[in-house]
Amino acid sequence: MLKKNGWKILSLLLLIYTVVAGFLVAVPDLPIIHQSIRNLYFHVCMWFGMMILFIISFVYSIKYLRGFKLRNDIYASNFAAVGTLFGMLGYITGAIWANYTWLTDQNQSLGSVLKEPKLIGAAIALLIYGAYFVLRGSFTDMDKKARVSAVYNIFAFAMLFPSIWIIPRLVGSLHPGAPGSDSGNPALNAQKDLDAGMRMIFYPAVIGWTLLGVWIATLRIRIQLLNDKTLLND
Amino acid sequence: MTKFISRLLLVVAALLVTVVSQAQDNNGSTDVMRSNGKIYVVVAVCLTILLGLFLYVFSIDRKISKLEKEK
Repeated sequence: MLKKNGWKILSLLLLIYTVVAGFLVAVPDLPIIHQSIRNLYFHVCMWFGMMILFIISFVYSIKYLRGFKLRNDIYASNFAAVGTLFGMLGYITGAIWANYTWLTDQNQSLGSVLKEPKLIGAAIALLIYGAYFVLRGSFTDMDKKARVSAVYNIFAFAMLFPSIWIIPRLVGSLHPGAPGSDSGNPALNAQKDLDAGMRMIFYPAVIGWTLLGVWIATLRIRIQLLNDKTLLND
Repeated sequence: MTKFISRLLLVVAALLVTVVSQAQDNNGSTDVMRSNGKIYVVVAVCLTILLGLFLYVFSIDRKISKLEKEK
């Protein structure tokens, strides 16, 4: 029991730690952002979780194309689904955060917030993944559906690179990590970008949230495997 | 399984106790939950939601495991 489900317990413990330490441990008090920097443990973790889930989905799509086992297609689609859910949660939480920092206290116009490249890039990425599910829904032939959507999933993953990793770092951005600002890669740069104390909470938080996402995905997969038992010939 | 969950809740309670006792050291307030701008109330609410969600996901997990055994 503990051997097989240990990672689920780990996820729970890490998230309890995230909530307790995330709310109570002192953070550096920066202008405008103040205590809301604690959103790092929640909002940013949604995006990290999304990226990891999309990577898993991508790997299973490649595995599907290598052997055409329907099982791998089920894995890929469900990891992509939970990844999209995390992305939407990241978007919603980001909107709330931006409302109380950029929009009101930093006096940015709504236009400049909407021009924010990370917002546009993330929206493009999520819409591309949305199209993945539209594509899947439009097939009646199971094998054709699995094959075409696996190829599309690889394209969707490739589009993550320009839309959320490259372009936001090339153009001016309100997020940390933009050129011209004194911060480098947000959250990952070794010395200057993230307070050491916050790092001790942020990394466990990313692992905890990601494990929760993986767990939810495995539940969806297991239900679908039960439903499609007759179709799986492996 | 239920034994396991009760153990887990014990660990959580122990965690809470440490947080609570630290808070008492900090400002000597008799009512911990009302200290520091009532931030502990938020922590308690979030922990409750988190635990509730995890228990729910755990129960779904167990139901699926049962179905998997039946087939």
